[in-house]
Amino acid sequence: MGYFIDRRPNGKNKSTVNRQRFLRRYRKHIRKAVNEAVKKRSITDMERGEEVSIPDRDISEPVFQQGKAGRKNVVHPGNKKFNQGDRVDRPPNAGGGGGGSGSGASQDGSGEDEFAFTLTRDEFMDFLFDDLELPNLVRKELTETDETRPVHGGIVRQGTPSRLHVVRSMRSAYARRLAMGSGIKRELKECEAALAEEEAKETALRNPLRIRELEEAIEQLQKRLAAIPYLDDEDLRYRHMKQQPVPATQAVMLCIMDVSGSMTERHKELAKRFFLLLYLFLERSYKKVELVFIRHHTTAREVGEEEFFYSRETGGTIVSSALKLASSILEARYPASRWNAYIAQASDGDNWDDDSDICAEWMTKKLMPRVSYFAYVEITPHAHQALWEAYTEIQTAFPDNFAMRQFYEPSEIYPVFRELFQKERSS
Amino acid sequence: MSKREPLARGSEWNFELLQDYEREIARLAEKYRLDTYPNQIEVISSEQMMDAYAATGMPVGYHHWSYGKHFLKVQQAYKRGQMGLAYELVINSNPCIAYLMEENTLMMQVLVMAHASYGHNSFFKNNYLFRTWTDAEGIIDYLVFARQYVSECEERYGIDAVETLLDACHALQTHGVDRYKRPRPLSAQEERERQQEREAILQQQVNDLWRTLPNMNPEKELEANRHQRFPSEPQENLLYFVEKHAPLLEPWQRELVRIVRKIAQYFYPQRQTQVMNEGWATFWHYTLMNDLYDEGLVDEGFILEFLQSHTSVVMQPDYDSPFYSGINPYALGFAIYTDIKRICQNPTEEDKRWFPDLAGADWLDTLHWAMRDFKDESFIQQFLSPKVIRDLHLFAVVDDDRESQYEISAIHDDSGYREVRQTLSEQYNLSLRDPNIQVWEAHLRGDRSLTLRHVRQNRRNLAEPTLEVLRHLHTLWGFPVKLESWDGNEKISELHWPLAEEKEQA
Repeated sequence: MGYFIDRRPNGKNKSTVNRQRFLRRYRKHIRKAVNEAVKKRSITDMERGEEVSIPDRDISEPVFQQGKAGRKNVVHPGNKKFNQGDRVDRPPNAGGGGGGSGSGASQDGSGEDEFAFTLTRDEFMDFLFDDLELPNLVRKELTETDETRPVHGGIVRQGTPSRLHVVRSMRSAYARRLAMGSGIKRELKECEAALAEEEAKETALRNPLRIRELEEAIEQLQKRLAAIPYLDDEDLRYRHMKQQPVPATQAVMLCIMDVSGSMTERHKELAKRFFLLLYLFLERSYKKVELVFIRHHTTAREVGEEEFFYSRETGGTIVSSALKLASSILEARYPASRWNAYIAQASDGDNWDDDSDICAEWMTKKLMPRVSYFAYVEITPHAHQALWEAYTEIQTAFPDNFAMRQFYEPSEIYPVFRELFQKERSS
Repeated sequence: MSKREPLARGSEWNFELLQDYEREIARLAEKYRLDTYPNQIEVISSEQMMDAYAATGMPVGYHHWSYGKHFLKVQQAYKRGQMGLAYELVINSNPCIAYLMEENTLMMQVLVMAHASYGHNSFFKNNYLFRTWTDAEGIIDYLVFARQYVSECEERYGIDAVETLLDACHALQTHGVDRYKRPRPLSAQEERERQQEREAILQQQVNDLWRTLPNMNPEKELEANRHQRFPSEPQENLLYFVEKHAPLLEPWQRELVRIVRKIAQYFYPQRQTQVMNEGWATFWHYTLMNDLYDEGLVDEGFILEFLQSHTSVVMQPDYDSPFYSGINPYALGFAIYTDIKRICQNPTEEDKRWFPDLAGADWLDTLHWAMRDFKDESFIQQFLSPKVIRDLHLFAVVDDDRESQYEISAIHDDSGYREVRQTLSEQYNLSLRDPNIQVWEAHLRGDRSLTLRHVRQNRRNLAEPTLEVLRHLHTLWGFPVKLESWDGNEKISELHWPLAEEKEQA
């Protein structure tokens, strides 16, 4: 009577659009949660989903409903001790008396409930990039999974002519010719033997009929032997290519940040976005990325990520101290033969006057020849200072792998990397 | 009990086994005269079940964020293990679509087939509400039409515009049904054909209504206006009223209002027959499963697993239990149907007094009648027996906000049966459960404002989100919206949207 349908192969994402609509509608809430998460998480730990909560009252769908006041008469099950006419105290938090399975009850409760759900990794990244106003192409690059490279994966029967494996093809053609021809050859040999035997007889004893027969048969067999194709479609063998993740080389990323008194929380948060973006980019391009955090005021120190972003110090600023430390770390631990070096530096632009020249010198001589890319951001709405001047010169000297930018809004971060991303894409 | 071999042992299922069991159930169901639509049974994964859930069981639906929210809710609860996915989902359509989840055991699959494909299915086909108010033939096509139409609108007018409108319609959904008038059957074909035509005509009618050109005979018109309220009778179907008379809506917007209204109407009978429908399906899965066992088609392990699952379905926690969340419609419905059968077969003296017509009647006839011609309120009113009241220990509580304490108005004793039955029946009366709000007046000649009237019952007020709903109504109507609350002849309160107007009046 009934008939059965197996719907399992149909795919399960029928609700995707509705889910996206939901995220779209509450993007403000979600963005806030994502920003919070970025603040809390380590740079290396961005690529996973996030639990997001939205207050229930913000996402409720209002309908006309009965309120709590008035006189209600409700039936409940499980009477144990009541008699008609008994009076009982109201329970402390009288829930809705909706009864049945009415939806009425749930709304009456406290409005403090939260609607919680989990963003997937992709959705999380999307919201993160939204804030940074990344162009779509870059966004795609960053969210894409590992790059692959075609590698040999054995021999197959189908493929494009350019992948033809000649030796293997010939070998199988030879085998086929042997297999197809061996029966015929055997017959041919027999016939020839018989013919020779016949012809070896006395002329009188020869059977001309038999001889003709044999000669015809031999001719026939030779034709058949000749008809076996030398190379047939099914002999062709191709090299199989399969996609394998690229085992790229390794990179080290040095984060340098000014932590002098003038750097506020906001500065640091912006800086974190900046570092994060470079890290995500590097992670795409290299199998292994190591992070080194260098903070400095008048002296520079290598620290852990937590301390890097969240402890405060006071005092003046000597940028060159950090640059010196950076180059000594590179020399000691990351030989150029095995490590690509990237440096990202964030500061509010303050520096001791005569230090900027030292910085410029150090950069030109020591750092720039060694690093693949150096990105400098000045997080300030104010005018530039000496350090900016010094770096401008460096930019003219190394236009390909030095970028600098001033910004004060998260959306302005991306342009710092524009050239880097573009270069990567064209290569 | 016969010594026949069971069809299978163990809990693994496959399609052949399902077919075998389905055939056996169909055979038994025929014996009980269960008249069903053809069955279409779909095997799906748990993820697909969540999808189906989020779409309130509909195999196709238009896109809206609220379904996404529903989906996230289900997914989260399922992941945390707070909720097992309900194992049955069945669609009132022809053929009747029921879902089986692949993770379930063989016993569960058979149970769901008995419950959904024969229980619910026969209810959909025979209950008078479903017969008159829903159209199982057309629903799937109509939903496809609705989905296409909505996405066309999204393309043409933007996702936001459509979303705003749908939000507004959803807010009025509970008051977008005809309670008394039979709706036209749904037909996607017809809808599609007439939709263009309707757009034009509808707009014309609205234009007539809101014509601003002066009438040639002003005195007569004035006279007429003084005495005529528009609409002349209060209208209960707010969405219908908006669709037909809202002054500013574009034709496509009216069509969207119509779609929401039609779908709300389709679901309305389900809201009215929860106890009956679930009780009926539960009664039959219980009967059919036991029959399978009696015929030796299933083994002991199977029937024990079934009984355990059945027991948890019909479990009714007491009012003071932490698991209590109202009366379980499965439990109540199952108890009533089972008791009807008992009254027919083994009536006691009490039953003969209470149900003189049922005692000794043919139980199957009676049961079919009790399924066919009632809705929850009348079903309870008619068939809730003293025995069921006693078994469930039902009692009625009066919660009056003028009193400091609750009053127990009736319990399961001779003097209380009738009142318990009456109260419970009212509890399932949707027209009492939803607040009574009707369109009172649209000011045709004045400020074009719309006045709704809420008639209080037992001094029940309106819950908090009311103002929000008015805001949504204002989106649809386009001019000020007012909601008056009346208790008898006394106006209790008045709500306005937009709020600014309140200042003017004060």
